[in-house]
Amino acid sequence: MSTRLAFGGRRIDRTKPVEFRFNGKRLKGFAGDTLASALLANDQVMVGRSFKYHRPRGIVASGAEEPNALFNMGQGGRFEPNQRATTTELFDGLSVTSQNHWPSLEFDVGAINNHLARFFPAGFYYKTFMFPRFAWKHVYEPIVRQSAGLGRAPKDRDADRYEHFYAFFDVVVIGGGVAGLQAARAAGAAGAKVLVMEQTADWGGRAMVDGGTVDGQPVAEFVSESLAALEAMENVTLRTRMMGAGVYDHGYLLGYERLRDHSPDAPGPRHRLWRIRADRIVTATGAIERPLSFAGNDVPGVMLASAVRDYIVDYGVSPGDRVVVVTNNDDAYRTAIAVRQAGLAVPVILDARLGGGGALAEEATKLGIRVETGMGVARVHGARRVEGVSVCAQAGEGAVLERIACDVVAMSGGWSPVVHLWSHCGGKLVWDEAEAHFRPDGDKPPLGADGAGFVVPAGAANGALSLGAGLADADAAGRRAARDLGLKPARSAAPEVGDAPEAPIEPVWLMPQGASAGLRMKAWLDYQNDVKVSDVQLAAREGYESVEHTKRYTTLGMATDQGKLSNINGLAILSDALGRPIPQTGTTTFRPPYTPISMGAIAGEARGETFQPLRRTPMHDWHEAQGAHWEPVGQWRRPYCYPRGEESHAAAVAREIMATRESLGLLDASTLGKLIVKGPDAGRFMDMLYTNMMSTLKPGRCRYGLMCSENGFLIDDGVVARIDDQTFLCHTTTGGAERIHAHMEEWLQTEWWDWQVYVANVTEQFAQIGVVGPKARKVLEKLTEDDLSADGFAFMAWKDVTFGEIGARVFRISFSGELSFEIAVPASHGRALWDKLLAAGQEFGVTPYGTEALHVMRAEKGFIMIGDETDGTVIPQDLGLDWAISKKKDDYLGKRAQARSHMSDPNRWKLVGLETVDGSVIPDGAYAVAEGTNANGQRNVQGRVTSSYFSPTLGRGIAMGLVLHGPDRMGEVIEFPGTDGKTYSAKIVDPVFYDKDGEKQNV
Amino acid sequence: MLILECPCCGVKGEETEFHGGGEAHIKRFGPGSSEEEFHDYLFAKENPRGVHFERWRHVNGCGKWFHVARCTRTLEVFGSYSAQTTEPPQEIRDAITARRPGWRWREFS
Amino acid sequence: MRRYSAFAVAREATRYHQGWARAWRSPEPKKKYDVIIVGAGGHGLATAFYLGRNFGITNVAILEKGWLGGGNTGRNTTIIRSNYLQDPSAAIYEKSRSLYETMSQDLNYNVMYSPRGVLMLAQTEAEVRGYKRTAHANALQGVDTEFVSPERVKQLVPIISLDGPRYPVLGGLWQARAGTGRHDAVAWGYARACSDMGMDIIQQCEVTGIRQDGGKVVGVDTTKGAIDCDKLGVVVAGHSGVLAEMAGFRLPIESVALQALVSEPIKPCMDIVVMANTVHGYMSQSDKGEMVIGGGADGYNNYTQRGSFHHIEETVRALVETFPMISRLKMLRQWGGIVDMTGDRSPILSKTPVENVFFNCGWGTGGFKATPGSGWGFAELVAKGYSPLCEAFGLDRFREGRFVDESVAAGVAH
Repeated sequence: MSTRLAFGGRRIDRTKPVEFRFNGKRLKGFAGDTLASALLANDQVMVGRSFKYHRPRGIVASGAEEPNALFNMGQGGRFEPNQRATTTELFDGLSVTSQNHWPSLEFDVGAINNHLARFFPAGFYYKTFMFPRFAWKHVYEPIVRQSAGLGRAPKDRDADRYEHFYAFFDVVVIGGGVAGLQAARAAGAAGAKVLVMEQTADWGGRAMVDGGTVDGQPVAEFVSESLAALEAMENVTLRTRMMGAGVYDHGYLLGYERLRDHSPDAPGPRHRLWRIRADRIVTATGAIERPLSFAGNDVPGVMLASAVRDYIVDYGVSPGDRVVVVTNNDDAYRTAIAVRQAGLAVPVILDARLGGGGALAEEATKLGIRVETGMGVARVHGARRVEGVSVCAQAGEGAVLERIACDVVAMSGGWSPVVHLWSHCGGKLVWDEAEAHFRPDGDKPPLGADGAGFVVPAGAANGALSLGAGLADADAAGRRAARDLGLKPARSAAPEVGDAPEAPIEPVWLMPQGASAGLRMKAWLDYQNDVKVSDVQLAAREGYESVEHTKRYTTLGMATDQGKLSNINGLAILSDALGRPIPQTGTTTFRPPYTPISMGAIAGEARGETFQPLRRTPMHDWHEAQGAHWEPVGQWRRPYCYPRGEESHAAAVAREIMATRESLGLLDASTLGKLIVKGPDAGRFMDMLYTNMMSTLKPGRCRYGLMCSENGFLIDDGVVARIDDQTFLCHTTTGGAERIHAHMEEWLQTEWWDWQVYVANVTEQFAQIGVVGPKARKVLEKLTEDDLSADGFAFMAWKDVTFGEIGARVFRISFSGELSFEIAVPASHGRALWDKLLAAGQEFGVTPYGTEALHVMRAEKGFIMIGDETDGTVIPQDLGLDWAISKKKDDYLGKRAQARSHMSDPNRWKLVGLETVDGSVIPDGAYAVAEGTNANGQRNVQGRVTSSYFSPTLGRGIAMGLVLHGPDRMGEVIEFPGTDGKTYSAKIVDPVFYDKDGEKQNV
Repeated sequence: MLILECPCCGVKGEETEFHGGGEAHIKRFGPGSSEEEFHDYLFAKENPRGVHFERWRHVNGCGKWFHVARCTRTLEVFGSYSAQTTEPPQEIRDAITARRPGWRWREFS
Repeated sequence: MRRYSAFAVAREATRYHQGWARAWRSPEPKKKYDVIIVGAGGHGLATAFYLGRNFGITNVAILEKGWLGGGNTGRNTTIIRSNYLQDPSAAIYEKSRSLYETMSQDLNYNVMYSPRGVLMLAQTEAEVRGYKRTAHANALQGVDTEFVSPERVKQLVPIISLDGPRYPVLGGLWQARAGTGRHDAVAWGYARACSDMGMDIIQQCEVTGIRQDGGKVVGVDTTKGAIDCDKLGVVVAGHSGVLAEMAGFRLPIESVALQALVSEPIKPCMDIVVMANTVHGYMSQSDKGEMVIGGGADGYNNYTQRGSFHHIEETVRALVETFPMISRLKMLRQWGGIVDMTGDRSPILSKTPVENVFFNCGWGTGGFKATPGSGWGFAELVAKGYSPLCEAFGLDRFREGRFVDESVAAGVAH
């Protein structure tokens, strides 16, 4: 059984007991434990169920590569699925449940799949579940979905918050093992601004467990000395619990700092996402041990050899009393020695190599451990935990030579450098035949903006696996990074290490090498996704030859560990099956993040109200206080209407319209774009931007104008006021302000850069208020002495007016058809003027109105609205706006485009008014049908509704639409089928429904 | 995540400060141009896997447009230069040649 | 071809699945084919399949530079829908969707088409109007969609937050018979069926030149030698520009990166596909349990199959706002693909200036859902020189100003 040892455990503090819950059971651990070590200390060997077969799963690893030990953790707004036990630091009150089983971990109905595993090989679902046709969606898929997935879905809103952080460094070192520390020292000493990040809570990495001597002192002392040296450097920043999550182009690096996962009740954000720009990134990310592929290698209790010794040395936890070690390299002997030194039994070391190991093997033998060379595991016995192993010759087919009882199998198939971060941005790999692993190809690094490599691998991550080689490599990497920055690092001061001579690794991809089909079906590659050696071989047999095909067909490496344990083993099996060398088969693509990172951290602070910036007009607070119903328009919020009490929106809109038409309405028009175009060439520029002739506009006058894209389509409209000879003020739509400003800048800067024109977006500098209705002049005259009479201030003119202490620019323009003044004042005076108008307008029943009333009133007048009548495919000619297109100009943006055959086609749909025969409202967006169907069997159409409203003024539905030959068909009735089952018959009429002669606005 | 340098204000900035504006050095064809000329002006795009010239705007900065010579295969940036020119300046061409001997883009090389 | 069935799997189970044959042959190229299709992605393979199935043309080679299905076929978010606004788009996407319904049976390969429904959220008044318009158009196009209320939205997708402070949900366009499929399986299923009809799928074979005689195609040069053909269909997505250059013309296409990501798998919590265009993100849950998430494309030409992280950030932020529960899920993997953007964001299925050379490209972000419909129409175009499905997607439209613009429904603010 697994248990807490009486002594040892470098990371735990035995004076600080910690209580936690697993599947409702109260268990005890110590501060410094991971959830995994604490579970093992409590003899919880089986921790979950696999994805496909629901087989019992135990803890395999001790770090980020763990595929099995994943839990539902926490409650309510702090619930989180798939928490990895090996990287979860234990805290008081932690509560987890195991996943992917029903009704319980011990008894899982889904485990029936395990007994039927033979019927569920790789890709079986591509060959089955096809009949009857409806059954996939209604029968098979629901079953598949229910049995797939791992943890439960969270239900509540996240109770935690997250933050983003920007940082800039010369050199970022990822990994706080001895290699990372050494590289940081080298770069830091040269003067580089350095950040070192370590994903765990501790410095020193594997060396702290594996030991060794550096410069004649124990490695632990070397680590503390290095840390002290780094801490003393002002140019070096050290961060633990921070993972290098992803490397992106041009030295962009994501750091994922887990601030509060180990103490959830502490104040502050839970995770911090660092968005770092680094000139050089040193990946000192170490290496990950590979499992060996033998039958039963997935039974709980079969663990990575390195993990077994981690649990003993770091946490004082014995994964089991009797540990069989099976290996193809020397490193696993360290585990045998550690197990023995902890007072536990090692019945045998099975070394697949005929020649056996080097110095470490000798040491093990000296300790009296039995070593069998050329031997391997034929199969593991036990279901929910290891009971023993059958031993066979590695060279054979699996004939059992001996059965040995044990409760742990510690396996080592060699070490794979962690090349993820090197590869994220395109760094290439080479296959190292001697070490049997892929390592970074120094000649093909990821390239930065300047075309130079910006990632420097260091230590084990670069394939330098031994302590001495790793430190030397890391020292060189740190110095190289500094040199790349133009700094002058000190001459090499790589520490002295006496590496014991090791015997070379011998690749073992299948154990035994001639394993029968029956054994291969039990030899796991991917523990979580249940991919076995036989599955990869099946994929190869069926022609899924590329490594990407095999991955996708078998799901190898697609689990939450992203193949950290399985990829290389699977690749080797595939290569063998295809008779191709491993490098020719290649790897799948490494993609960020290195291990999964929270969505919350990616989203950062921007939530709820702060999801996007909110733009407010000077009157925003007033609208809010009135209970305006908001409509988001870009990043603005505009009042849609101002419902009173229980009033419906429709009723509010009708009230606002009637009040405006009968007396006085107020509109906050501040969001309308206001662009100033100024300079000696302003007129010329305006003539290119607008379809109209703008250069002839007189100062003091306004003109309605249209703007088209170079592709001919109408993109914006608005009133242009000529301020003086060299200055125009262009009003744009609310959504158009930034877009049109950019459009103007683009043409000015990139095409007509020799024209003397400036453009400024002054939208937010001014508040703008529409004073609208028959009483508009009356109310304004209460507030000013200036002449606002029809004679003194003509329609389509503007003038400066003073309202008490407030200076304003007033435009006599109308979008409603009523007598109307639009008053622009500096934004800081906006609210004051608004309040004045409300007070002065009281006697006229002044009524603020929102965007919907604005829309209805303009439709009653037949004015087009960008976004309603236009949709990016409409040209001014479609809208009967030919009068706004100057015939005198040689050129304007869009003119050439509008000469193309389709744009001058007489069959283009044209704007008309539509009046339902029965007065009802045609549904917005309805199409007018024509006879027959087209070549694709679709009903022919001859027009569509672009705007449709109930007009309170007219007491009936009104609409505008684009109709084939529409203006020539006045009076004709056409049919619009609704999606409500009704068909709407509408007469084609003039689009101006109200005050056709414009008398009301022109008084 | 590109880093670009705005030649107008001299700022080296994050990609998020800028806005891409497509192919550079396009000659405008207006009224009077042939169907072919006008079509090519608007639609026939250079889409190389390699050296490319494009327009960017320092939209969240000085607001100025400029040109960038960049590799679409490696995202390497060869240099940025003024928008007020109809062809890449010699020093940009030289910088590209140093990294990509024999490069060609439209009529430039 | 050995038929796939539960029975066949059971029989193979008794002998450790040793008896399965290759899903597709891996032949050496012949000297000449009636038709060569360049590109063994979903669209290329579908084209070949319908050339055989609908027109009896089986002397066909499909040439693939890398591995079949290795491009965007296997990199998309697997959404299948046909609720497009414009007639030509609705026609080809609806044809496609209907072919997906029977594809597993037609190919004897389970492509897991799952009509779980696609919902496009309306979060502004402009979107409401746009989607109502689309619903009206769809009704006349034979595409079954409806505009639904916020209450119905909540029923369809209980994990949604309807009343976010910034962009409350005002309704949605719901297509019940849209859904998702297993992207790789589409390519593999077509490949197996093509191979079975005697077509040659030649992988690791890059086309290096297009040979013409008198303005007419006569064959291609490849890394496996010259191969003759009467007709040539080019379906190479991100490399269309390169092939067009070989044929001597330019395309109205720019290639940009589009990214996607998946979360770790969780138990089922979302049965449908939701797209939120105002905030730029969409999400569904795969059969494996991963939340599959996508967003907007990068804004610059790029062939690296990597994108910029800020797009991932924007997408995730949008979806955390829309589905607050995903905040505590973790991003497992992000990736990018290269998509071809045309001048009007609609595809090109067209004859070209070279006789008997046809191009199928420019699918932008919508390629996967179109796979069978694109193959169906393009096969007809190649075989007969005319296809009503492809009619509106000719290269000429850019000259004439006759665009098929689908950005329309998104609307513009006032």
